[in-house]
Amino acid sequence: MKKELGISVLLLVLCAIVASISPKFLSPINLTNTANVIGIYGIFSIGLGLVIITGGIDLSVGSMFALCGVLLAMALREWKWSWPAAALLVIFIPMLLGYAHGALITRLRIQPFIITLCGLLIYRGLARFIANDNTKGFGEAEGFGTLRDLAAGKLFGLPMPFVLLLIIVVVMWFVLHRSVYGRYLFAVGRNEQAARFCGINTRRVVASSYVLAGLLTGISGILLAFYTNSISPSNHGNFYELYGIAAAVLGGCSLRGGEGSILGIVIGTALLRVLENLVNLLGIPSSLNFAVMGAVVLLGVLVDQLFQTRALRKTPK
Amino acid sequence: MSQALLLSMQGISKRFPGVIALDNVHLEVRKGEVLALCGENGAGKSTLMKILGGVYQSDAGTIHFNGQLVNIEKISDAISLGIAFIHQEVNVLDNLDVAANVFLGREPLKGPFKLIDRTRIHADTEPYIRRLGLEVSSDTRLDKLSLAQQQLVEIAKALSLDARLIIMDEPTSSLTLSESERLFKLIGELTEQAISVIYISHRLREIEQCADRVVVLRDGRNAGELGHEQISHDRIVSLMVGREINNFYVQSNASRTPGFFKVRGLRTGRYPAKMVSFDAGKGEIVGFGGLVGAGRSEMAKAIVGLDPLAAGEIILGEKVISVGQPRSALEGGVYLVPEDRHGEGLVLGMNVRENVTLPSLKRFSPFNFIRRRRECEKAEEQIRSLKIKTPNAETLVLNLSGGNQQKVVLGKWLGMSPKVIILDEPTRGIDVGAKAEIYRLMRSLAEQGTVILMISSDMEELLHISDRVAVMHEGEICGVLDRADCTEEKIMHLAVGNRSVRS
Repeated sequence: MKKELGISVLLLVLCAIVASISPKFLSPINLTNTANVIGIYGIFSIGLGLVIITGGIDLSVGSMFALCGVLLAMALREWKWSWPAAALLVIFIPMLLGYAHGALITRLRIQPFIITLCGLLIYRGLARFIANDNTKGFGEAEGFGTLRDLAAGKLFGLPMPFVLLLIIVVVMWFVLHRSVYGRYLFAVGRNEQAARFCGINTRRVVASSYVLAGLLTGISGILLAFYTNSISPSNHGNFYELYGIAAAVLGGCSLRGGEGSILGIVIGTALLRVLENLVNLLGIPSSLNFAVMGAVVLLGVLVDQLFQTRALRKTPK
Repeated sequence: MSQALLLSMQGISKRFPGVIALDNVHLEVRKGEVLALCGENGAGKSTLMKILGGVYQSDAGTIHFNGQLVNIEKISDAISLGIAFIHQEVNVLDNLDVAANVFLGREPLKGPFKLIDRTRIHADTEPYIRRLGLEVSSDTRLDKLSLAQQQLVEIAKALSLDARLIIMDEPTSSLTLSESERLFKLIGELTEQAISVIYISHRLREIEQCADRVVVLRDGRNAGELGHEQISHDRIVSLMVGREINNFYVQSNASRTPGFFKVRGLRTGRYPAKMVSFDAGKGEIVGFGGLVGAGRSEMAKAIVGLDPLAAGEIILGEKVISVGQPRSALEGGVYLVPEDRHGEGLVLGMNVRENVTLPSLKRFSPFNFIRRRRECEKAEEQIRSLKIKTPNAETLVLNLSGGNQQKVVLGKWLGMSPKVIILDEPTRGIDVGAKAEIYRLMRSLAEQGTVILMISSDMEELLHISDRVAVMHEGEICGVLDRADCTEEKIMHLAVGNRSVRS
């Protein structure tokens, strides 16, 4: 809980600074837009966080976005699928891929980094091949207004991605912090062997975390596709897995596994999005965007490490 | 043999929170002498050796080495004095070759870029290899060598460091008999070169065979010393024990149901060509003796379904337990308390509550949602009934002592009404007080009708706790001894694969 409190304070301080320098930060348009991107990034970051808690990693998220985006646009506009069918397709595909990753990791004992790195390359290639390297978009086409409203509309004045994020946060909070499955995720991430000796089917726990991450990736893939409205297969979703990993780590997940929280991941995401907003609003050259983000994550991890070693020194062994 | 003193430790005391590990201990080693250091687990042998090796600092006392007063503050101090450790577990890098292991951290360099001088490192290693009779070349990777050969590499490393004193901690625990014989010959050769050896072992026969002198520690104090001609098995034991230890065994009057738990033709992945069969009665404690690598832990894992390659038949009462399926064993009430507490028994980074409830969580979580209050009650219940000493249920288990950690592992399973519980080395690394508590607990579980299978390498434990002892050797049970005619000698005979004493 302390960790979440720490970065919440950091987030608030950051918001206060940005708001005091640039009044535009608090303008309804800016707030809405920030909430929107926090929603999109938050959903898949939660999925990635689950995988990280089991001690794994998923590098293929960004390429999955490209694949899903291309397929969604083509299914709706070129193949004239009904919107529920198209939506189900692009949610199902990342789940299937996640299942494949999980199976390869748990059955063949291949390292998650390697498997999902291959995924990163393969799915990006597939997306470009399927789209013939052409940018795909939704344009002004009709017939899937409901899906567009669900993905990019508003509810009670809040952007839909943010609303969806709130729902997913509540559900996933219960799953991770109150359910048996969530406890198993932590146990497997900390000490898979001990979990196995407790009769836990550790393979299934690990593999299912990739499937769950796939589900959340699929959902935010749809949101992202409608947010950008056009999908260029060679760079749609580039680096998004790294944003997710950064958010999870900033939010208290350990890449060694067994540590993390839903709230932390979401606040971590928000922090990164506000930072990007800050770069834009304060007129910092956007080329510095990555550098600022990297510096903040580094700072966060350093401070955390500092506090941890101090806490360790205080508790007598 | 020269009589000059090489090492003299005087008045060494060491106190850990809650325990006095060493109390005014003295130890002397002469040049070219093999000194056997004996004592039960927890007698203070390893603490004393760690002080000598620079791992711990003593609270009081002085150390003279080679006539000089020395101050060993860190491991490197001990190394530079010429004190070398050969540990029970082999500590080598098996992804590197022999030469790299021998000269690790002291590689000869050459050239302006300080590259490793490959010719010299191998040339320098050769003489040590030859001196130790290690019949491999210096560029062999260590994972290609047997454990005995890896141990020789460690000795080679010690020699290359100009060791004057080599401490060997249970060096034969993973060696075969003929490998052990060779080690003793080597020890003889080392002492002829005026190198001294401190030899730590529980195998008293080995000590009779190779020691010049025996020092016995008991409860952190000097219990006595035996000169060469005085060394005998019985004398060592009486110094080591010094107090009544037989009272751990409680004759049980509980009615036993023989043949309640049956294992038939169990094969394990480690010994696929061998089969294990035995019966255990309700309320019986069956000890499993044998040397390291006899296949006891593998058998235990196979019984609870953790060995995917296992085959055979397991019957509990009327029920058949499907071999190779953890869930079947779990639902039948067959549990394992593994040997490796940190690696397999506990999730160290989780707290007591989470550890205790981990296997039983599903039983009180409707729709898979954890009922916090029930969970806390469950944990508190085990903390109370097992007298686990912890500030509260939210304390991380890594902050508990070994004995209390072991109780947490036991607590995981005791709350789930065990029918059969397998304890693999249940008291390894646990102090005497906690040990007695765990023995009492095992007995009271047995009285309630639980079948207890206890794997133990602690001879006293096997002899005094078990109702029967099954002895394993290379994946098979080579004899079962009843309590009445169970002796250390008989167990040892069977453990080394000699079936003639079957009774």
